[in-house]
This record gives sequence, C-alpha cells and structure tokens, in this order.
Amino acid sequence: MVSLDLLLNALAAGLLLGGFYAAVSLGISMAFGLLDIVNIAHPVFVILGSYAAYIMNARFGFDPILTGVLFTPVFYVLGVVLYRIYYASFERKGAESLRGLVFFFGVLFIVEVSLLLAFGVDYRMVEARYIGESIHIGPVGLAYRLLVPFVVGVMLTGALYWFLARTFYGRAVQAVAQDAFALRLMGANPFKVKSIAFGLAIATAALAGALLIMIGPVEPALNREYIGRVFAVAVLGGMGSISGTLVAALLLGVAESLTATFSGPSWSVAVSFAVLLLALAVRPAGLFGR
Amino acid sequence: MMWTWTRSRTCAVLAVIAALVFGAWPASAQEPIKIGFGMALTGGLAAGGKSCVIAMQLWADDVNKKGGLLGRKVQLVYYDDQTKGATVPGIYSKLLDVDKVHFVVSGYGTNLIAPAMPIVMERKLVFPALFGLANNEKHNYPGYFQIMPAGPRPALDWTNTFLEVAIRQTPKAQTIAIVGADAEYPHNAIAGMRENVKKAGLKVVYDSFYPPTTVDFTPIARAIKALNPDIVFVASYPPDTAGMVLAAHEVGLRPKLFGGGMVGLQFAALLTKLGPKLNGIVNYDFWVPEPTLKFPGIDEFLKRYQAQAAKEGVDPLGHYLPPWAYSYVQVLGQAIEGTKSLDQQKVAEYIRSKEHDTIVGKVKFGGNGEWAQSRVLQVQFQGIDSGDIAQFHKPGKRVVLWPEKFKSGNIIYPYEKALK
Repeated sequence: MVSLDLLLNALAAGLLLGGFYAAVSLGISMAFGLLDIVNIAHPVFVILGSYAAYIMNARFGFDPILTGVLFTPVFYVLGVVLYRIYYASFERKGAESLRGLVFFFGVLFIVEVSLLLAFGVDYRMVEARYIGESIHIGPVGLAYRLLVPFVVGVMLTGALYWFLARTFYGRAVQAVAQDAFALRLMGANPFKVKSIAFGLAIATAALAGALLIMIGPVEPALNREYIGRVFAVAVLGGMGSISGTLVAALLLGVAESLTATFSGPSWSVAVSFAVLLLALAVRPAGLFGR
Repeated sequence: MMWTWTRSRTCAVLAVIAALVFGAWPASAQEPIKIGFGMALTGGLAAGGKSCVIAMQLWADDVNKKGGLLGRKVQLVYYDDQTKGATVPGIYSKLLDVDKVHFVVSGYGTNLIAPAMPIVMERKLVFPALFGLANNEKHNYPGYFQIMPAGPRPALDWTNTFLEVAIRQTPKAQTIAIVGADAEYPHNAIAGMRENVKKAGLKVVYDSFYPPTTVDFTPIARAIKALNPDIVFVASYPPDTAGMVLAAHEVGLRPKLFGGGMVGLQFAALLTKLGPKLNGIVNYDFWVPEPTLKFPGIDEFLKRYQAQAAKEGVDPLGHYLPPWAYSYVQVLGQAIEGTKSLDQQKVAEYIRSKEHDTIVGKVKFGGNGEWAQSRVLQVQFQGIDSGDIAQFHKPGKRVVLWPEKFKSGNIIYPYEKALK
C-alpha cells in the first residue's frame, strides 16, 4: 500500500535529484543543442570541477559551492580555449562531425588520465557541516546534500535562461543555433559568439562538479557513468532548450525516485529510459525541442 | 703435460655446458620467474588494485633480496584491466602467449576473476585468486586457490557471520531488509544471505538490487525505513556504501543491526570522510589492528606499505587488501620453493595439501580452493569522534565481534545506541 508520506518523500527526493541532473546536463544541452558541438567530454569537466572542490575543501576548508562559483570563470576560459582549438582544427575545415567527436574523446581521456596521475585512484569526498543532515518540512525530509544541488541547479538554469533570452549575446547564441551563415551576413561573428557560448557550457561544469562531489565520492573514471545520463536528459528536454533540460531532468529524477521507492531500485534506470523512449515517440525533437 | 692440459680444458668446457644446460648459473644471469596478472589500475576498483600492486611488489622485493625462488629472480608482469571484465581474457592470453609468464595470478575482485577462469582452466594452470566471492562454485576447478578467508561455502559463510552476530543479540531480530548493487559480488553475497536467512527463520521484508550508477540512495533508505526491519543487510561497492550510510542518517533509518557486506568501509578514503557516521555499523572485514589479529610480519609489512602508499596516493591504511595481496603470492612462492618446481600440477598439489604461514596468519585451503574454514570478521565501528586517520591505526575503533577466536570487544546493540 502506498503511504502518503512515502509518496511525498519520493516526489521530493525525485525533484531534488532532478535539479542536480539539470545542473550536470545544461552544458551538454548548450554545446550539443545550440552549438552543434558533440562535446562528449563534458562529464569529465564535471569531474574536474569535483576535484577543484575537493582540493579547496581539503586544503583550505572552502565550501564546495563557493569553490564552484570561484572556478566558474576559470572553466569559462578553459571552454573558450578548447573551442578555439576545436574551431581551428576541425570546424573551420568543415570536418567537425566525426573528427570532432574523436577530438572530444581524446580530451576526455587526457583530462581523466591527468586526474589519475595527479590524484590517484582513491575516492574523494568533501566535508561540509550540512552533508549527511536533513531538514524536515511536515512529513517530508530533505537531505541538504541534495537540497543544495537542487537549488543551485535551478538557479543555474534560470541564469542561463535569462542570459539566452534577455541579453544581446544570448540572442546571438540562439541565432547561431538557427543559422550561422545568416548571422554572418548580418555582420556578426559566429566564431566569437560560439566561443562565448561554449565557454559558458564548460563553466557550468565547475558548479555541477561541486554538486556532484557533495552528493557522493568521486574518482577520475566516474565521468563515464554520466555520459549516457546527461545525454538522455538533454535529448528528452529538446536539444538546446534550457527550460526543457530542467523539466526533463526533474521528470527523470521523479521517475527514478518513485520507481526506487515503490517498485524497487533495480527498475529505476529501465523506467527512466522508458520515459525517454515514450516521450521521443510522441515528440521526436524532445519535450521542448523545435 | 700436454695431456693434462687438454683434459683440464675439456673439463672446463664441459662444466660450462653443464651449467648452461642444467641451470647451475648465477641467479642474476638466469631468466626470472615471471608471474603475470591483470589488475584494476583504473576504473571503479583501481584504488584497491593499485594498493595490491604495491604489496605484491614488496613481496617480490623480499623474495629477490633473499636470492629469488629456485635461485631465480621473481618478476611481476601486469596490465591494467580497467576494472572491466571484457579486458581480462585478452590480458591473460597476452601474458601466457606473448610474455610467456610461468604463473598467473588473478586480479582483484569477483568480476575480474570470473573472465579469467576459462583460459586458466583450459590450460590447466594453478590460479591463486584475490578476493573473489564464489568464483569456483560452478567450475570446481582444482587449480583455483582464493586467498580471501570466505570459507568453504563462500556465498553462505560470508554472510552467515553477520547473522551469527545478529542471532546472539537481545531483543531478538525478527525481520530483515536485504539490498545490494546489481553486480557480481552483491549478487553472490545476497544469494548466500537469502539461504542463511531461511535457516535463521527471519522474515525478509525488503529484497532488492539497485543499479550501480544510482546517485541518490534516500528513496531506497526511506522505502526500507517504512518497513521497519530489525536488520538491514547491505552488499555495496564504495560509492554506494557512502551513499547508503549518508542516506541512512538523512532519513533516520535505525534498524537494530545495520551493515554486513559494505565494501569501502575498510579504506581510509571513506573512513575519514564518514567519521562519526560510521558508529554502530557492523560490517565484514578481514584484518583490523586489534590485538587478537597480530600475526608475525603484519606490522612490519604495513609500515613498509604505508610509506610506499603515501608516495603513490593510494589507501594510506592498507589494512584491507594489501596484506592479502602479499599473502596470495607468498603462498605461490612457498609452493614453488616447496616443490622445487615450476610444474603447475605439482605446485597446485602443494598449495592444496599444506598449511601456509603468511602475514595474515595460517592459510589452509579446502577442496574447492577456498579457505578450509571461514575467517570472515564482523567488526563494529565504535567511539569514532572525528575523521582523523590516526584513530584507525589504533585498536578499539573497529572491534572484532566474530569469530569468537578473534573477538576483541562487545557489540553495542541496538545500532541506535552506538550513535549516541
């Protein structure tokens, strides 16, 4: 029998998990959906963000979220540099599709091996007073370890949505996504616009990584477990749709949580992907895709 | 005179030929005895795998300092299996056909031992194995020798120790929740637990696997809490172990007994980060620094290991895997010396028939290549007040509850009492 308490808690846990999934998937959605760059290395930048949070926490006692915010500009610059290399090597020559994929595979392995060499293979965690504690609102218990990522994930989504919808550069990014050639005819420089957008996509990984290590232990090869999940969220939401990414992430989070609570956790992944397939059958471009 | 000179010269030439043919040559000039294996140096089990390599290298150094085995140096040949079973058959084929190793031993863990079994069995090799749970259950291969002290019925004996602790407590436990990762080790452990639970007459109120990629464990902990079991048995790998311990605290899961088969609670990385949240958990282990488990050579080994581990950034405690990684090659080395042979069958027969002195105590294998008698420990985390690593070097923090022979303290029961 389904108890109301359990149902409310499962829904709440699912929403919190969804907020975290959104934070991890936003970068993919921007790069893949808006810029047409198959950045499969995105999860490894999330792990890089986790290690930044770990170092600052272990050495200086910094809160992981603070580290995430501090490292966002660093990751932005990293993203811009990475895009410039990608552009000069592949996109400018029109060889971005398959070779670009191989390039990002290479980036993934280089970052992963560098982390292995620098930090070894041990699992790393961060310490913060709120990790392992929870707040209770009526019958619903919310773990801070998931509540904080949810809040940050939603705020990050809101900030990116605002940037794309309300700023000049944001609109320019959307214009690039629609027709880069037309944008060039208008006198704008698609390369510059795309490098800003890609920088932002990688910048989200700094925060997402901080959220990830807050939730559980991290090791360099963990990124591979997230590749499928973040692409699933981005595709379900509709490629390039920021609000769609959040809705899809929340949907998958709730589906996972409800399944884990009421039908046993072994079904949770299957149910999530069933939701994805069902949604794509009805709306092939994703929930909010055009 | 001429005849004498010629005879001396002939004798010298014959002596050189004899030395070349029969091996009476200085040890350093001979081909080393090569021991090959795949090991998880990247991927999910890499933290353990790397610490094993350090321990095995320490053994090889010890042996070589004493002149090697059969007068020949020992050389370890190993490759990264990436914690992927799919890489294992290729690695062992290369070790045997290209590197021409004399012996193979397993990598670390059930999932990485299983894919090596067919090739080892086909070539009738002696196969010392490291921390595989019930890998030989179906094959019953006579050359398999597994160093983890899970006992002759590994799937049953492993989990039975947890229930042995449970059934001795008052108030008596009536119900149990069983949960584990959807992977080989938890499957084997939980299969054994289900049988043990039947015998113990406990009622199973929750029994489920979760995908290894699970991020949030609070729905699982909450679903278990809603059923209010007396015992919660968890068979998990390190990331999920951390997830389950944190989730149990966050949702207020308070069974009478919690733990059992959580991998990760033996490593410094998790011990130091979970700190006081570990108090009260009863979990399996194989060696802890309690006075009842001080075997000859273990302290000296750990000192050397810890110095090396600090440089290589792996588990700084080294209580869990490294002593066993040292011991399984120690047993192989003793068998090679004991038989004065590299013959696979003779070495296997020696390992099977003798009791071996190792740094983890006396090791005797049973008919199926598992320990003749289980020595799985159940330890309880007690009095942990911080994440300071120094406390885990000392006795009294992981108190041995079972088996009686090695018991070093009393349980704090129920679980909730230990949290206060």
